[in-house]
Amino acid sequence: MEEMANKKLLKVNDLRVSFFTPAGEVKAVGGISYDLNYGEVMGIVGESGSGKSVEAYSIIGLLQSPGKVVGGSIEFEGENVLEFSDQRMRSFRGNEVSMIFQNPMTCLNPVYTIGNQLMEALTCHDKAVTKRDAYNRAREMLELVGIHDGDRRMKQYPHELSGGMRQRVMIAMGLICSPKLLIADEPTTALDVTIQAQILELMKDIRKKTHMAIIFITHNLGVVADICDRISVMYAGKIVEQGTADEIFYNPSHPYTKGLLKSMPRVDADEHERLIPIEGTPVDMLNPPDGCPFGPRCEYCMKICLKHNPPKAELSATHNAACWLLTMPNKEETEND
Amino acid sequence: MASYLVKRVLMALLALLIITCVTFIIMNLVPGGPFMSEKAPSPEVLAALEAKYGLNKPIGEQLINYLKDVLRGDFGVSFRMQKNRPVIEIIQDLFPVSARVGLFAVINAVLIGIPIGCLAAYNRGKVLDSALRVVMTIGISIPSFVVATLLLILLSVNLKILPGMGLTDWRNYIMPCFALSFYPMCYIGRMTRSSMLDAINADYIRTARAKGLSSGRIIFKHALRNSLIPVVTYIGPMIAYLLTGGFVVETVFSIPGLGRYFIQSILNRDYPIIMGTTVFLAAFVIMMNLVVDILYKVIDPRINLSNGGEA
Amino acid sequence: MKKKNIMTLHPDVDTILKMNEPYIPRPEDYERADEHEKEGFITKAKSVSYWADAWRRLKKNKVAMIALCVIIFLVLFAFVGPAFTGYSYSMQMRGEENWPPVWEKPQESVLRKAETDGVTFDPWKHVLGTDNLGRDNLTRLMYGTRISLCIGIAATLIVVVIGSIVGSIAGYAGGAVDVIIMRVTEIIYSIPDVLIILLLSTAIKANLTEYINSHTGWWPEFLNTMGGNLVGIFITFGLIYWVSMSRIIRGQVLMLKQQEYVTAARALGASSSRIIRRHLLPNCIGQLVVTACLQIPSAIFLESFLSFLGMGVSAPLTSLGSMASDGLSGIYTYPYRLIVPAIVLSVLILSFNLFGDGLRDALDPRLKK
Repeated sequence: MEEMANKKLLKVNDLRVSFFTPAGEVKAVGGISYDLNYGEVMGIVGESGSGKSVEAYSIIGLLQSPGKVVGGSIEFEGENVLEFSDQRMRSFRGNEVSMIFQNPMTCLNPVYTIGNQLMEALTCHDKAVTKRDAYNRAREMLELVGIHDGDRRMKQYPHELSGGMRQRVMIAMGLICSPKLLIADEPTTALDVTIQAQILELMKDIRKKTHMAIIFITHNLGVVADICDRISVMYAGKIVEQGTADEIFYNPSHPYTKGLLKSMPRVDADEHERLIPIEGTPVDMLNPPDGCPFGPRCEYCMKICLKHNPPKAELSATHNAACWLLTMPNKEETEND
Repeated sequence: MASYLVKRVLMALLALLIITCVTFIIMNLVPGGPFMSEKAPSPEVLAALEAKYGLNKPIGEQLINYLKDVLRGDFGVSFRMQKNRPVIEIIQDLFPVSARVGLFAVINAVLIGIPIGCLAAYNRGKVLDSALRVVMTIGISIPSFVVATLLLILLSVNLKILPGMGLTDWRNYIMPCFALSFYPMCYIGRMTRSSMLDAINADYIRTARAKGLSSGRIIFKHALRNSLIPVVTYIGPMIAYLLTGGFVVETVFSIPGLGRYFIQSILNRDYPIIMGTTVFLAAFVIMMNLVVDILYKVIDPRINLSNGGEA
Repeated sequence: MKKKNIMTLHPDVDTILKMNEPYIPRPEDYERADEHEKEGFITKAKSVSYWADAWRRLKKNKVAMIALCVIIFLVLFAFVGPAFTGYSYSMQMRGEENWPPVWEKPQESVLRKAETDGVTFDPWKHVLGTDNLGRDNLTRLMYGTRISLCIGIAATLIVVVIGSIVGSIAGYAGGAVDVIIMRVTEIIYSIPDVLIILLLSTAIKANLTEYINSHTGWWPEFLNTMGGNLVGIFITFGLIYWVSMSRIIRGQVLMLKQQEYVTAARALGASSSRIIRRHLLPNCIGQLVVTACLQIPSAIFLESFLSFLGMGVSAPLTSLGSMASDGLSGIYTYPYRLIVPAIVLSVLILSFNLFGDGLRDALDPRLKK
């Protein structure tokens, strides 16, 4: 374990993804970099269209035309995922990295039983496994995700299960090959609030049991608060702030992160404290302007913000943010704001 | 399930009854009776003939009598074409001929149409897709008589490799079967392509890809079964039509089948044959529709037959 | 700084080179930006109207545009063409029977017949030759195309009218009316349509002919000029094929009925017919246009089928189907008489199908890019 800790599980370096639409090139991801240790849980937070799902799809090679990786690299245990052959990619997907999706209602094939789809995830990577073993393994996984009447569930079709149940099945399917990394793309967004809480508990539980690295994508900062070690905040295809969960929550440095936190309801909040929404709409990704994409919505927006892209400012060994405010000569003033 | 079946069968019978009545009425709307041909019989003979076949009664009574007879399994006898021969016997004679040609056509249409559709969908936006789409659109644009006659001219008249008429040899079947199946084949191909595209873009296909399945398995296991659902709706009635004979193809290739006979019976006003064939074909089509609805249950577990099955 | 030479043809690389350097902010950059500056920062996407957008996408679709050109060409061919050939579809020219098309050599018997009747053989006089009654094949082809086009369009109009009326009533009224209409459409769907069409067209055609012959007045007169059997075919198609159209309209109406602006219109006291005319129909126009456009080729298809079996348009009038049918009898000696109308027919149907497909893609808002 000690040796592994030095080696990173995943290294994303200046990843750029574009969609080539008839109207022009949409730079969905505009150069993001981060890395992930073994067993670490990272949250990627951002609003819809910020490129967080696209970024995750490129890791697992699910990006479809007209989307294309146009630059950068993704290294998984030292191998560049972007250079994988089709064959290698197939054995990589589901086996070393697996992914669960936002809408459990449509993510399971309606015409096959749960058992069939679960076992398939295992048998397609391990040809040697017997049907009996696959069945037992699938039931074991259902048990792990809190489905106790596995034998009955395995025979059921997706439409016979509730949304929460289906998401559990999706998670079981993601875990069945014991991957090193699980990418969860808004796994709770489409669910009822009570079910959301259950699924979050489940993910935390699984984390404890399996020590697997997780990339948890969400638009809800509250969801990632106590499951993630580190959080990256994305806006318009760029990571605007990156840090440990504590740093993001207690010392947010980018105005967008601050806005997100202010717009988040809190139980411990003062009764008179109001939620403050972030005004305005996201920038048009077809013709991204030169400056900071958050500029027009930013309450501290300065002249330079509209002309030049802000550099990344290192705030601590683990914490950085891309904002001109942090480069200001008389920085003290704004921090007290 | 049982109550659904009962309901469906009752609906089917109702439809059949309506079709029978409507056909009967339409047929009687055509001026000129079966005995008004080139050499008009004398009024006495005509009256005697009409009395014999019950044509002198009011149309309502005729209809009721016909329905009673049909319920007893009696479809009457031919007036003109094969005089006094029971219609049932004629159908028994002709149907197998049409059905043989039709069966090959069905097999051809399904076994070629579906793979072509899949191939086009899988290569979406590429040259192969465009080429197949053009071919399939041409296929649904060329009337079957054009296909049939062009084949006849090319292969039988000019190249003389296939016989043009009759059904004596297996080589006789090639052209009629192809001509009959070309349209449904292309239609199925187009349908498969579009439903396959819908399926390919579905979330569960993304899940299957994320699992690391091979493309073949994704297409054939996950996408195909879902995309076959709309195709099955079309295949049901298509089987009924093809088995009961292409009217045109039988005419072009002089095949003594049910379709050609039906056309001749209309031209000859042979009422019992028109009625018999229509009822038989309608019953066949309606039955195939019922079979399709049940097939649905097999392909798509979401459809619950007990509460209507229309969802 | 280096002085710029204004006259040089070299591109100004200085600014280009600067693109890679990190920007060093100056103090004035840290001033607050005002609202005006912020607004200018966001480039607004142009809003394009539904039809302009659809037309843009349709224009990009080369196949559909070629199909449109072919359709226009065939319409001109059918309606303007006969003026140039100088013959009519029923004109029989003695001594010019069975002339071959330009690419074939005339038979001995043809030349002899022409000689006895005092006509000199000129291959270019009848480009596609003549039939056994001495009628110009090219002119008949033009008239045939015209009849086929007319049937396609007229039958489609009938289908659209009946279908949208019934469909919008079913969808809008709901309840028992809807149930009854839907049951009727289900039964019509399960009918083997070809059988009924064969029967119906025979029945209607015969009755119309009888009616025209036994009555006088402007209406039978009008029917007669239209051609009794043509009207029969229109009615047959209308009676059978309104079903799919009405289902499309009904579906749209049901969907739109839920929307607020209809509720708002009703709250303002608009009558049902006004709501249907002003609010519902304009909103399903896209699907209506596509369905209608795809209905035209299928009507032409069916007409040719009927005519081919000898139950459609009757002599001396002709359609592409009946020309092909006539050609079938002489398939061994005059194959071109079958092939030419068959090809024109197929091209006509194909163009409508391709154009309809293109139109569907262009009007389908789900495919909007």
